[in-house]
Amino acid sequence: MSEIRYGRDHITAAFQNARQSQTAALMPYFTLGYPDRQTSLDIITAIAPYSDLLELGVPFSDPLADGPTIQRSTQIALENGTTTAVCLEMVRELRQRGVTVPIMLMGYYNPVLAYGEAGYVSAALAAGADGFIIPDLPPEEAGELEVLVNEAGMALIYFLAPTSNESRIQLVTQWARGFIYLVSVTGVTGARQAIQTDLSAFVQRVRQATDIPLAVGFGIGTPRQAAQIGQLADGVIVGSALINAADSPQAAADFTRSLREALRDV
Amino acid sequence: MVMQIKKVNVPDERGKFGPYGGQFVPETLMPALDELIQAYDEAIHDPEFMAEFDTLLRTYVGRPSPLSHAKRLSQQLGGAQIYLKREDLNHSGAHKINNALGQALLAQRMGKTRIVAETGAGQHGVGTATACALLGLECVVYMGTVDIARQQPNVYRMKLLGAEVRPVSSGSQTLKDAINEAIRDWVTNVETTHYLLGSVLGPHPYPMMVRDFQSVIGVEAREQVLAECGRLPDMIIACVGGGSNAMGIFHAFRDDESVQFVGVEAGGEGIENGRHAARFADMNVARIGVLHGTKSYVMQTPDGQIMETHSISAGLDYPSVGPEHALFRDNERAGYTYATDEEALAAFQTLCRTEGIIPALESSHAVAETIKQAPKMRPDQIIIVNLSGRGDKDLNTVMSALDL
Repeated sequence: MSEIRYGRDHITAAFQNARQSQTAALMPYFTLGYPDRQTSLDIITAIAPYSDLLELGVPFSDPLADGPTIQRSTQIALENGTTTAVCLEMVRELRQRGVTVPIMLMGYYNPVLAYGEAGYVSAALAAGADGFIIPDLPPEEAGELEVLVNEAGMALIYFLAPTSNESRIQLVTQWARGFIYLVSVTGVTGARQAIQTDLSAFVQRVRQATDIPLAVGFGIGTPRQAAQIGQLADGVIVGSALINAADSPQAAADFTRSLREALRDV
Repeated sequence: MVMQIKKVNVPDERGKFGPYGGQFVPETLMPALDELIQAYDEAIHDPEFMAEFDTLLRTYVGRPSPLSHAKRLSQQLGGAQIYLKREDLNHSGAHKINNALGQALLAQRMGKTRIVAETGAGQHGVGTATACALLGLECVVYMGTVDIARQQPNVYRMKLLGAEVRPVSSGSQTLKDAINEAIRDWVTNVETTHYLLGSVLGPHPYPMMVRDFQSVIGVEAREQVLAECGRLPDMIIACVGGGSNAMGIFHAFRDDESVQFVGVEAGGEGIENGRHAARFADMNVARIGVLHGTKSYVMQTPDGQIMETHSISAGLDYPSVGPEHALFRDNERAGYTYATDEEALAAFQTLCRTEGIIPALESSHAVAETIKQAPKMRPDQIIIVNLSGRGDKDLNTVMSALDL
């Protein structure tokens, strides 16, 4: 197998591969360091074979875009000593274990600032990460980090939400690399009973403005919901429901496989 | 005369106060912030809106609040003449009502029917609950469980005023966590809901808007001191948690270069042992960071995790500080210092006994600094202290701290 070059091309290829297999890309989210370092690594390794990309959470004390499940997982990870530096070591270890899918590091902006933006980007690339998801960093504030991430050949992922008007869609599509993270509902992360009915119209609005892959997240809890979203978008992100299901690496793998199969069966 | 909003060159269009401020929020909220910026700008240029705000400030809040000459305290300290800007006499007991009414009127104008707010000491929660009762808006207030325990009277007040008080038991269970929950609620219900943020914090336009709505304090104080003393004060002292009462009184004097500004942070149990909320005093832990949508000084670990703070006063117990204060510190427009819990308690008692005024524990921090400064000054010099709130809410805390 040829050596993988990490970065935005790796991300783009993952979406292209999924499209060629006529399925939406599956991107599970899991919190680094939850419930402890070793188990976290085992869980992520176990779900990787069923995943097209991975979104891995770097814990922050005040995760204001997250619901109770991810809040609790990041709190436990912090109590276990999961610093940003530890998260980067864990990414390196996952690569050593043979996890090859693109890894998106999801974390809030303050720990990035504290680490040092330039240092964080280069350390993340060296560890084997491909991109960054920073929920409290809209394009207006991304300035310097955007430049650094671009120079590193990586991707800084931006969001759009059901509340986004045309001017927001214009702005975000102009900056977007890798994919755009579409928030399925106005709200915080967490599994929900039903998916917003006008999601289809929202995805269409963004689709008209850009060809970049669109991945939908927030509130997707079941294989059935994943399949529904998979028909609308290029990627499906599942976080809280996976954390709730991940009593063991095997349970996490089973749940992820059920999502994978549901997406394929569509 | 109807109040005018003073125009200044900060923040810029993107909400920056020099390197501070900004809009570090989830994308879902960006359109709501754009809408708020526009609605706010239209409102303050609409004479009808400003007249309505002004009428409520006069006929409901009881403005102007007096500027009281604290004669016995001045004499006892033997230095500068001390004047107290009596925000404690406002309806609902603190300066917080000024901003709560301004934003509630704005929310109504924007067609929002539901208000969420955070509260630390409960004064902002009470102010918001009061404004919502007056205007017929649904009101939900998030409050940390630690603060609920130490500010019980304000919890009862909010409930009586028809607000729902939602306890927050995550993190440090204080103001910081209440703001997290209020933002999560706002992000979920943004179509119907206005987030009525209580300090000069958060994403643009909040630091500017809250400053402007609170600027009535300084506008009045300036007129009052000129009328009574025929000159500007030498020094203005105010406590700084997020910093809204301080910015509210500083703003009207910002171009008066002879007037020295002093902001007083919560020194808690002392800077050395780390149990405090004095962001500007402890640069080992306070570094430039981003919390709750704005860039400012933030007390944090080397890993960038937000630290838990400590103060005897719930209203100052917060790990960051308004971005304009950070700018004022950098460009030395204001000096910042701190008072410990012990000093605040002593000042609390001093003001009770010399002036017959029971101040809030937050405001007692400003009084404590006044007690240090006044004796170093001449009797013809003037200090204005912003007495931001009354201390009824703190009686339990004070009684147990003093073993009474």
